[in-house]
Amino acid sequence: MSDITAPAYRVIPIIPALKPGAMEGKGPFVASEKINEAIGFPGNLVDDWHDKAIAKMGELLSKYRSLKVYMDACVHCGACSDKCHYFIGTQDPKNMPVARQDLMRSVYRRYFTLPGKLFPKLVGARDLTREVLDEWYNYFNQCSECRRCSVFCPYGIDTAEVTMAAREILDSIGYGQKYSNEIIGKVHKIGNNLGLPGPALIDTLEGLEEDVKEDTGIDVKFPIDVKGAEVLLITPSADFFAEPHIDSLIGYAKVFHATGTSWTLSSMASEAGNFGMFIGNYEQLRKIALRIREAALELGVKRIVVGECGHAWRVAYSFWNTLSGVGDGASEVDRFAQMLQKQLDHRYKQPTHICEFTWDAIERNALTFDKAKNDKHIITFHDSCNVARGSRMGDFAGGQFEIPRNIIKAVANNFVEMDPNTTRERTFCCGGGGGLLTDDLLEIRVKGALPRMEALNQAKEEHGVNFMATICAICKAQFTKVLPIYGFDRRVVGGVHQLVSNAIILGDKK
Amino acid sequence: MMSTLFAILFYLATLLFVVGLLSRINTYARTPAPLKIPTTPAPTTTGGVVLRMTREVVFFESLFKANLWTWSMGWLFHASLALVVLRHLRYFTEPVWGWVAFIQPFGVYAGITMLAGLAGLWARRLFVERIRYISTPSDHLWLVLLIAIAASGLLMKFAVHTDVIGVKDFFLGLMHFDIRPLPMDALLTVHLSLVLLLLVFFPISKLLHAPGVFFSPTRNQTDNPREKRHVAGWAKQMESESGK
Repeated sequence: MSDITAPAYRVIPIIPALKPGAMEGKGPFVASEKINEAIGFPGNLVDDWHDKAIAKMGELLSKYRSLKVYMDACVHCGACSDKCHYFIGTQDPKNMPVARQDLMRSVYRRYFTLPGKLFPKLVGARDLTREVLDEWYNYFNQCSECRRCSVFCPYGIDTAEVTMAAREILDSIGYGQKYSNEIIGKVHKIGNNLGLPGPALIDTLEGLEEDVKEDTGIDVKFPIDVKGAEVLLITPSADFFAEPHIDSLIGYAKVFHATGTSWTLSSMASEAGNFGMFIGNYEQLRKIALRIREAALELGVKRIVVGECGHAWRVAYSFWNTLSGVGDGASEVDRFAQMLQKQLDHRYKQPTHICEFTWDAIERNALTFDKAKNDKHIITFHDSCNVARGSRMGDFAGGQFEIPRNIIKAVANNFVEMDPNTTRERTFCCGGGGGLLTDDLLEIRVKGALPRMEALNQAKEEHGVNFMATICAICKAQFTKVLPIYGFDRRVVGGVHQLVSNAIILGDKK
Repeated sequence: MMSTLFAILFYLATLLFVVGLLSRINTYARTPAPLKIPTTPAPTTTGGVVLRMTREVVFFESLFKANLWTWSMGWLFHASLALVVLRHLRYFTEPVWGWVAFIQPFGVYAGITMLAGLAGLWARRLFVERIRYISTPSDHLWLVLLIAIAASGLLMKFAVHTDVIGVKDFFLGLMHFDIRPLPMDALLTVHLSLVLLLLVFFPISKLLHAPGVFFSPTRNQTDNPREKRHVAGWAKQMESESGK
C-alpha cells in the first residue's frame, strides 16, 4: 500500500484526458459469507443471481421515483462528466457520473424498455452478464455518493441514488462489500461502527474527564446513559478515540458545560453514522436509525443533538423524521411518530446539529472565547459533501455553510476561503465517503482527494493555510491518511469544535 | 391515397405520443419517493420549489453552472424549438390567433438558430472526447433527426416553397376528422415523416427528460424534513405502534 503515490497537481485545472480501464479491477474486498449473513443478505453470490438481480431492479424501480426517473431522463449531455473527484483523480471514463449511471442504465434499457429489447446496440443496452456484474461491483464501489454531479445535472439526476440502488441489488444477490457490511454488523451487535463495547466506552469517557481536568482545572463531564438528561448527543464513534476527532468531542462537552446543559451519550446508540445509507438498503437505514429513537425514548431526553459527521447529519436532518420520527410535524394519527415527538421540546429543531447548538449559544452570548488561542492556525473550511448538498442548518438558505464558518470566525482570528469552485454546494468529497474509507480502496481514496488537495495547496501557498477544519468524521479520517501522501502534515485537518475547544473560556461563567 | 395514409399515420402517431407520454407521467407520479433528497440550494417552501423548477425549465440553471458551451447550445436549441412549435400553431388554427401571428417572423428565424444550436450540440458530441465516449448511436440519431426536421422545414420556407395553404387545409381537416388532400412534394413528405417518427419515439426515449425533470425528487422536493414528517406508503407499513 505504500507504493500508492499522489497524482500530480494539475497546473491549470483542465479536464483530464480519458484513460479507459485505469481503475478496472480495483474495487474493494468482497464481504465474506459470515459478514453478509449477519445482516440478512445471502452469504455468497447466489446461483440464480441474474434473475434475482433483474427482479430486484424491477422492485427498486417501483419503490423509488428517483431511480425510475433517473434511468429514463439522462440525455448524455455531459454536464456531469467532469464533475466527479474520482474521475478527475483517476481519469477512468467509467468514473464519470454519466458513465457510472450508464453501467446500470444499459441494463435497465435492455430489460425494462422497448427500444432496448428490440435494438440493444442502438440505445446502448446490455445483457446483465457476469462481466457487467463485476463492473458494477467495481465502479459502484468507487462512488462516494457525494452528489456533486447532481448539482450540475439539468434534471437533477443524482448518481448517489443509482449507486445506492446498485449496491442494494448486489447485496441482495450475495455480492456485498466487506467494509460497509462488516460495519453494519458491528453497529447492530455492539452499538457503534468501531465495535467499541460499553465498558470500554465508559472507560474512555472517564479518561477524557481526567484529561480535561488536568488541562483546564475544570470538571467537564462526559455523561453516558443518564436518564432524564435534557440533551442526547449522538456522535460518530470515531469521536471517542480517533485523532483528531476526539478533540471535537472535548469541544462539544465544553460547550455543554459552559451553557449549563444537562446532556448524555447513549451506550446503545453510541454511533451517529448510518452505513445503511451507503448500501442503499432502506431496512438497514431504518433499523440503524431506530436505535436512536429507542435510546431517546428510554432516556426521556428533550433534545437530540448530532456531532460532527457528514453523512450522519444528512441521515439525521433529512431522513430521521421519516425513519424514526425524530423531528416535528407528524400527523395526529401517526402514533409511531407522535410517541416520540410528544416527548421532544419543539422550541428547538429536532434533531439539532452541534454547530447549530454552539452557534445559538454564541449568539446568545452564552460563551466566551480567547481567540488568540487559535492564532497559531491559519484556518480554512472544507465543506463536507453530505452536509453541503444533502442537509441544512438553521432556518435560512445556506445555513449549513454559514453556521460552521461563523463559529470558526467567533473562535479564531485567521480564516480564509479556498477556491469557490471547491466549496459550498460545489465542494469536493474528501475521497473517502460513501463506504470507501477502507485501506483496500486506498488508491481510489488518494486519487479522489486530488481536487481538494489542489485547493488546499493553493490556499497554503497564497495565504499560508495550515489548518483545514471540517465537520465530518470520515473527512477527518480520510485526510489524516492522505494528507501525508500529498506532503502535508496529518494534523492539518481537524474539527470545528476542536477550535472551539482551544478557545473557549470555562471559568468565567459562574 | 397519400393523403389518407398520412392522415392515418398522424392519428396513430398522435395517439401513441399522447397515450405513451401520459402513461409514463402516470408511472412517475405514482412511484413513491420514500426519502427527502432535495439537492442544495433547496427551497423550504412550495413557492420556492415552483421558482426553482421554473428557473430550471426556462433557463436551465443547473446546466448553466455546469458548462457554458452545452448550456448556450442547449438553451438556444430549446428556446428556438419552442418558438418554432408555437409558430406552427398557425397551421392548426383559423383564424390564426393574434399572438401566433405576432411571433411568426421570430419563429422563422428561430428555425435557423435551432439548427445552429443542434449543430453546436452535435459538434460537442463528435469532437469532445469524453462526450463522444458517453454517446450511443441513438444520441447521434436524435440529433440527426432534429437537424433533418429543421433543415427540411427551412428549405420549404427559403428555397423550395411548399403549398402552405394546402398544408393548412389538410391539418384543419384532420382536426375535424375530415381528410382533405395533402400537397405532395418531396420536402414536405420528408418533413412530416420525420415529425411522425419524433412523435412515436418520444415516449420511449431519452426525450422523456422533458416530463422527467418535473418529477425529479432532487429538484421538486421542499426541504422541510425536520418540520414535517414524510413517509412513503410502503415504508409506513414497516411501522408498528410499539415503535419497533
